[in-house]
Formats: sequence, structure tokens, C-alpha cells
Amino acid sequence: MAGLKTRKKQRLVVASIAVAAIAGAVLLVLFAMGGDSLSLFLQPSAVHAKEIEAGKRFRLGGLVAPGTFSKAEDGLTYHFTITDCAADIPVTFKGLLPDLFREGQGVVTEGRLNGTGTFVADTVLAKHDENYAPPGTMPKNAEACTHPEGLNSGYNTSPGSRG
Amino acid sequence: MHRFANPAEFNRLADAILPWAKVVMAAAFLYGLYLALYASPADYQQGESVRIMYIHVPAAWMAMFTYMVVAVASFTALVWRHPLALLAGKAAAPIGLVFTGLALLTGMLWGKPMWGTYWVWDGRLTSVLVLFFLYLGYMALWRALDEEDKAGRAASILALVGVVNIPIIKFSVDWWNTLHQPASVMRMDGPSMPVEMLWPLLTLAVAYKAYFVVVLLYRMKLEINLRKLSVLSSLEVQG
Amino acid sequence: MAEFLDMGGYAAFVWTAYGLTALALVVLAVSSLRAGKKARDRVEQLRPRRRKGQA
Repeated sequence: MAGLKTRKKQRLVVASIAVAAIAGAVLLVLFAMGGDSLSLFLQPSAVHAKEIEAGKRFRLGGLVAPGTFSKAEDGLTYHFTITDCAADIPVTFKGLLPDLFREGQGVVTEGRLNGTGTFVADTVLAKHDENYAPPGTMPKNAEACTHPEGLNSGYNTSPGSRG
Repeated sequence: MHRFANPAEFNRLADAILPWAKVVMAAAFLYGLYLALYASPADYQQGESVRIMYIHVPAAWMAMFTYMVVAVASFTALVWRHPLALLAGKAAAPIGLVFTGLALLTGMLWGKPMWGTYWVWDGRLTSVLVLFFLYLGYMALWRALDEEDKAGRAASILALVGVVNIPIIKFSVDWWNTLHQPASVMRMDGPSMPVEMLWPLLTLAVAYKAYFVVVLLYRMKLEINLRKLSVLSSLEVQG
Repeated sequence: MAEFLDMGGYAAFVWTAYGLTALALVVLAVSSLRAGKKARDRVEQLRPRRRKGQA
């Protein structure tokens, strides 16, 4: 009986250590690979920091800066600026915008930088935040963007501003 | 603990719980669906499509919760050789597979109109897809080996290896840039959702949990009988 | 009623999501129940002598 008990204890220790070791190893590998390579998109500051050259395809994400959205005369091309509250990148996109696309809300775009520093996107996905609220009200956790140019005044306050 | 290893004892307990779980399930589903589809407001950004959230989020919670049930059952089975724990894991896995599949499908149906795409390979969606395959692998291992003890042990080890995926799913939206939004309910500073939207969500979460209890108990009774059958038929062959 | 069914234009997505959920949950529950009944019947068949004693 005593032998049985020690064997159970042994199995408990071995199993616990094995689970912890495997979990630790996987998480270490994930973090060693670096957050950026596992992230879906880069924000404007990261694009500037990494000095990504023109013509290289990548995903750019951030907030659509309020007051920057406009539709070109052809009715199909859109211009707006993506900001992460620290840096801005102008974007042009020709195509259909998702329903959730709005100024002050998140987007993830895919495309390339052209020679003049404008991001030419061929895909625009809307990213919604974690806030929910009934129509005509504001979510209680609506964050203020700490943009040097006072972006917080516009963030989340223009649900109907889609062009 | 080994008291519940006795199948007769377990069946008695299961039969005592089942009627209550069924009542809770029926009531929570009826009230939850009424709230989710009718008595709750649309969202200020997402409009009526937000109603998908009320069945998507509980499915995702249950996908992770069921995996933890399988993992704890597997751990108990491996360390203490607890026969009923082994069967509990085997019985829970198909339920987890269905919840994970539903989380993925309802998420796609929500993502298309809101994000503009059914699918994107971000950290959250990818790690939940991995969870789906972990369930599949666990169930496949049970079938792959003829000897039930070995099959159960192999499947249990896989379940324990896969546990690392649970914190990855949970924190993927915080660790990496994802298209999927961060948590709205399970967050440090409280839910970022008004009560009239929190209620349908939590009511349906209760309904899902009660459904899990009902189906798990039925499936455990099934697995106990299958185990009896294999013992009985081997006796018949011998005798 | 029509407005309710329309779901603000998201009918196809909302109702498909609810329909798939209902379908999957019902199929899993019913198949579990059926398999359980079948297994129980076979267990009873294989040991008819003990059945009386237990009931």
C-alpha cells in the first residue's frame, strides 16, 4: 500500500513538472519569436521605427484620424490617415469599406508604401473595440486618445461620420 | 474521491442532478433568447449584428472551459488512475469540439459584416482554431489505439500538452496586435458593456453551462455503459 | 415583425449564426441521448439475469 502511494506521488510530481515545462517552453518560444512577428499589423510608430521601405507589402493598423476621411471624385477611392496617437500615415484605398469603418475607430489595412510615404491599401478591415453601448449613448470605457494634436476630442464621438 | 469511481454511485448522482440542470437550461435558454433577440438594444456602432455576440461569446467561453475540464480529467486519470475521470474527459471532448466550432462559425458570421472579412490569421482566431484541432486530436487518439488504456493515456497526455493554448487564447488580444477586440466582460476594470447588454450575455452563458452539464452527464453514462459492454463481451468470448 | 426578422439588414448573418448554433446543440444532445439509450439496452440484453435483481 505504501508503495502504491509513493508511485502516485511520483506520477503527480512528474505530470505537474511536465505540464509546467511544456507550457513554459511554448510560451518562451512565442515571446522569443518577438511580439511583432505574431502581430497581425504594425502601427504607424512601428512603421517609422522599422523604416519599412516602399513597395514592401505589410499590414498597417490604427485609428482613422477624425477629420481626415475624404472620398475622391471617382466615388470609389478613399483617403484617410491612420494614427496610433504618436505617428500618422496617410492612406489611399479603392474599394468597398466595411460597415464598421468610421473616423475615430480602428482599422487594419493591407498594402504598400509608395515613394511619397502614402500607404496604398488594397484591403481595409474595420477593427471594433471592446466597448458596447445602445444607440445614441457613449460606452463608459471609451478611451481618450493622447494624440499631441488633440485627437481625443474626436475619438469615438462621430459614429455617423462615415462618408 | 474514489467513491465516485463507482458507476452505480455516479449514476445515482447524475440522475439527481439531471432534472435540475434541465430546468435551468430550458429557463435560461428561453429567457436568454428573448433578451438577446428582442429585449436588448442594438449597438451604437454595430447595430443589430451585435446580437451575434450573445451566442458567440458564451460559445468561446465554453470552448475554453470544456478544455479545462478535459485537461483536469486527464490529469486526474494519469496521476490517480481514476477510471471515471478518464471517461469524463472522453465524454466532454465532443461537447468542447461543438462549442469551439460554434465560436469559430458565429465569429465568422459576425466578422464578415463588421470587419469586412470572415477570417483573418490573427493571434486570437488562429489560437482558437488550434483549440479546435486539439479537440479533434484528443478524440482521434481515443479511436486510434485498440487498447483502451493506452488510447486513454495517449489522449490524456495530448490534452495536458495542449493546456498551454488556453492562456494563449485568453491573452492573445493583449500580447499581440489582433483584428479581434480585447475582452469586454472578463477584464480588471469591470465589463465595458451596459447592463441591458450584459444580461442576455450572462443568461445565455448560464444556459450553455447547464447544457454542458446535461450533455456531459448523458455522455458519461454512455461511456460507462460502453465500458461495461466491452467488459461483458470479452467475458462472453472467454466464457 | 418584418423589421424584427430583418435585423437591421444583418438578417443573413444573425439568423444563420443562431440557426447553426441551435442545429449543432440539438444534434449533439440528441445523438448523445440516442447512443446512450442504445448502449444501455445492449448492456441489459447481455445480462438478462441481473436485470430483475437490480430493478
